[in-house]
Amino acid sequence: MTALLLILVPLIGGLVTFFVKQESQAKLWSFVVSLVTLAAMSVNLLMHDEAGRSFTAEWLPMLGSSFALQMDGASTLLCFLTSLCYPIIFSSTWKSSYASPNSFYGLMLLAQAGITGVFLAADGLLFYFFWELALIPVYFLCSKWGGEKRIAVTFKFFIYTFIGSLLMLVGLLYMYYQTADASFSMQSLYAVKLTGEQQSWLFWLFFVAFAVKMPVFPFHTWQPDTYEQSPTAVTMVLSALMVKMGLFAVIRWLLPLFPDAAVQYDNIVIGLSVIGMIYASILAMQQDDIKRLIAYSSIAHIGLMSAALFVNNESGLQGAMIQLFSHGVNVLGMWIVIELIERRFGTRKMSELGGLAQKAPGLTILLVIVALANVALPLTNAFIGEFLMFNGLFKFNIWYAAVGGLSVILSAIYSLRMIQKVFYGNENILTATGADINWVEKASLAVIVVAIFVMGVYPKPVFELTTDTVTLILGVFK
Amino acid sequence: MKSIIDLVYLVPLFPLIGFLINGLGRKNLSKSLSGIIGSGVILASFVVSLLIFNETRAEGFIATTVNLFEFINVAGLNIPFAFQVDQLSALFLLIITGVGFLIHVYSTSYMHEEEPHHYARYFSFLNLFVFSMLLLVLGANYLIMFIGWEGVGLCSYLLIGYWFKNTEYGNAARKAFVMNRIGDLGFLLGLFFIIQQFGSLTYTEVFSQAEGMFKGDAIIVVITLLLFVGATGKSAQIPLYTWLPDAMAGPTPVSALIHAATMVTAGIYMIARSNILYTLAPVSQTVVAVVGLATAILAATIALKQNDIKKVLAYSTVSQLGYMFLGLGVGAYTGAVFHVMTHAFFKALLFLGAGSVIHAMHHEQDIRKMGGLAKKLPTTHWTFLAGCIAIAGIPPFSGFFSKDEILVHAFAANPVYYVIGLAGALMTAFYMFRLYAMTFRGTFRGTHEQEHHLHESPWQMTMPLIVLAVLAIVAGFVGIPELFAADAHKLEHYLAPVFKASTEIAETHHVEHSTEYILLAVSITLIVLSILYALNRFSKKPETGEAEGFGKVLANKWYVDELYNSIVTKPLNGLGAFTNRFIEKSGIDGIVNGVGKSVQWGGRQLRLMQSGQVGSYVLWMVLGILILFVITITILK
Repeated sequence: MTALLLILVPLIGGLVTFFVKQESQAKLWSFVVSLVTLAAMSVNLLMHDEAGRSFTAEWLPMLGSSFALQMDGASTLLCFLTSLCYPIIFSSTWKSSYASPNSFYGLMLLAQAGITGVFLAADGLLFYFFWELALIPVYFLCSKWGGEKRIAVTFKFFIYTFIGSLLMLVGLLYMYYQTADASFSMQSLYAVKLTGEQQSWLFWLFFVAFAVKMPVFPFHTWQPDTYEQSPTAVTMVLSALMVKMGLFAVIRWLLPLFPDAAVQYDNIVIGLSVIGMIYASILAMQQDDIKRLIAYSSIAHIGLMSAALFVNNESGLQGAMIQLFSHGVNVLGMWIVIELIERRFGTRKMSELGGLAQKAPGLTILLVIVALANVALPLTNAFIGEFLMFNGLFKFNIWYAAVGGLSVILSAIYSLRMIQKVFYGNENILTATGADINWVEKASLAVIVVAIFVMGVYPKPVFELTTDTVTLILGVFK
Repeated sequence: MKSIIDLVYLVPLFPLIGFLINGLGRKNLSKSLSGIIGSGVILASFVVSLLIFNETRAEGFIATTVNLFEFINVAGLNIPFAFQVDQLSALFLLIITGVGFLIHVYSTSYMHEEEPHHYARYFSFLNLFVFSMLLLVLGANYLIMFIGWEGVGLCSYLLIGYWFKNTEYGNAARKAFVMNRIGDLGFLLGLFFIIQQFGSLTYTEVFSQAEGMFKGDAIIVVITLLLFVGATGKSAQIPLYTWLPDAMAGPTPVSALIHAATMVTAGIYMIARSNILYTLAPVSQTVVAVVGLATAILAATIALKQNDIKKVLAYSTVSQLGYMFLGLGVGAYTGAVFHVMTHAFFKALLFLGAGSVIHAMHHEQDIRKMGGLAKKLPTTHWTFLAGCIAIAGIPPFSGFFSKDEILVHAFAANPVYYVIGLAGALMTAFYMFRLYAMTFRGTFRGTHEQEHHLHESPWQMTMPLIVLAVLAIVAGFVGIPELFAADAHKLEHYLAPVFKASTEIAETHHVEHSTEYILLAVSITLIVLSILYALNRFSKKPETGEAEGFGKVLANKWYVDELYNSIVTKPLNGLGAFTNRFIEKSGIDGIVNGVGKSVQWGGRQLRLMQSGQVGSYVLWMVLGILILFVITITILK
């Protein structure tokens, strides 16, 4: 039942939000909805309610598609991440004001329903349905509430993802016709026996769709623009949660469906990912807008994760699993800080900021902690993931690990540069007017800081949770 | 019965608690309370360390592993959060917490001008630094060591950039962190090789497997070289040494902490810990020795022409670390650890002494503007002098014994090492006494204002100086060479179990006692001459101008920073700008936008077709039929 609730609560809650015209009420209502979702997820985790993690109902029987939801380790982790992030996103952007707030918050919650659906769907058609359900609200959110260049940027975002979705749909339909019982169910699709040739072109149809979403180099250029132009609350959803859709789709669909092709093309995928890591890190060093800096830094981190998914060993996969969660939490922390800065000073340009540490020590400390997690310092959550992923990459091929490892140095360069330019140095006219963050904002960031250290020091529960997914993937390759 | 060894986790726990209290309560704590908490937790750690040290001295003590909790257990790789207590870690615990405590006490007075919340921040960072270093030496596997390894890097970043308003200090802090990260990548790759080869990161497992391997095995050479890359970052060796002299941007006690008790000794500890791996890789040993020796000389030449009191000391640290690596490279593991210990005493002493001078001179650091301070700062003067004699290597001060042990082993391995090493030692004596003479001898060259305010520092600062001076004088007696008395090298005896496996397989070059006497006589005579020359010259005629000719090259540190800037930093920025401009914007994005635009253009053209005029529709229809017709015919053919 939990699985269904995780989708229904934000879906219904979101639809209701459209009718709550008053801004403060719409805010409060959507925040409560997100808390209810979090409560449902937490209860499930605390009770170890395995039965509640799957759900099946009739949906489109004439197409052989059912409303089948299933949580394995990876999806449990991601559902928890989604339900945890939403209340934090709402509370940390509490002071932001939007035109027609009812539509804004309604669309935000619909996107949550869609994202959660992607993490849960155990039916090909249902998966596709949620995939699009997650994207459509985001198109509207970007194009209506975005920055100056929002139309052009959303158009680019749309072209990228639309082409990707279309390719995936073609592939999915082809797979559907290959099933023995004309069914979209995950089991039937997994059971399809494909020739090597079929696998090799189907692989790319799906991969491009997922690669755009992650994004993998060279399908990434929509991302910095979209992150920059979107309202920060939407950027948080995009980067903390939606990029995980691409990675998760690789885990649940791409690898089990086309294992031979995955082995055949592993060098291409890993090669692109490693190039992306370095490429994005070098570009991150060039940015003046903090949002763009974090966008490129995120591309670099995702590159390591997408590479680790293809190394075909336990270390890499387990690292990727824990990093799915860690990356979401850490990047969310970054956006919260950026949101706070932008709301106070009206700029995100490092060249216009400086000296914030003097008036806002609390904010500085929290940012430094999040930034250290971003550079994967030991005892933060990201270190566990990166260590295991690099180890997995090393087992696959030493040189990939050595070249990709350069991003460890580069990330330190751009992260420390950002800290110094924004927080250290002397105040200027703009930043002298600053004040430290209030307790609500501190609390939002404190949740993230606690998550960073707890998982960084004691990652064992996460490993136990995701073992089944890792075993599944490794089993597929045998 | 539970022994004190099982409580070893208390040693790092106390500083961690101190860090949290001072960090979280920085706005509510008074300065005196911050200082008491900050110093008190280190004292508590020191007491526990002493008890542990006492246990490890017992005859027949066996290295003990204390498991705390499961950390990473994935893919057949089990890395517990565990500590290892043996002679090596126990000795380092003593040095870190002992010297660390004195530095904390000194800081309570040195930092008195700071506002309360910054004062608390300072002590919380200091505690975190000690905590990280303790993790580094206590870890029972390479991953826990790596946690401390990166942790000290972080703390040095935080403390070097402690005065964050100053952009230059911020740059120095970043430089330290990035340089360390470069080394850390090498270290990390080394760990992956160890995992691949041994399936574990736990010392006991790795070393026991390694003992069965051939000397010179390629994989061990690769592992040891990669680990050494990490050591060049952390312990400031060529080519990654340039961060350390810049690190003096932090408050002076921080320099003492970085240079003496923590951080830079990490590389030495790591190699001493992995001694069996290095003994099995003679190629790596040679690399370590040569890099160490080259660094020792290079840094010594630079120190000859520096005029900043802290810079001279900073380069002397780089140089002394070079000697320690030379020792490790020639297999004198005990000697290297011995020198870590004596160096910790006299270098902490010298830095804290320099701090006392700077304090008295109202933040003046240029020795050209000092002179004649001996009378005004008697305690600082006498203790500083003790430090200078110790580092120069005059018996019976501590530096003599440890440096001599390294040099004798170097001679046994290769006389060329010895000759170069001795040249470095002469330079050391020269620049240290140049520093001493320009600071304390001659006449005062500062302003009247400064002269008027010259005063000896309060007891919180002089007490640590006195304790360290006593240690710098007597600490050498734990390592009296066999030359003077049989079986008097207590330290060697104590550390023997740690280096047992290496001692068994290493080829021992024996040096005749008669040769050793000659070497001693030569080195002591030359060093004394060097000291007398420097004292004489710089007491009477201090260098007050800018260096010229070759001296200018030395004063500018061989232009190495400029070189790195032009071969690494600038090209990297250029590459970034190029990538941003041409590949990202014009290249990839150009293609995507091109696709988008052509779709839009296509849409506009298609729209024109729907003009609403029947005539054009007929035209299109006819054209369509014609095309279909043509296609049908070609296919039918």
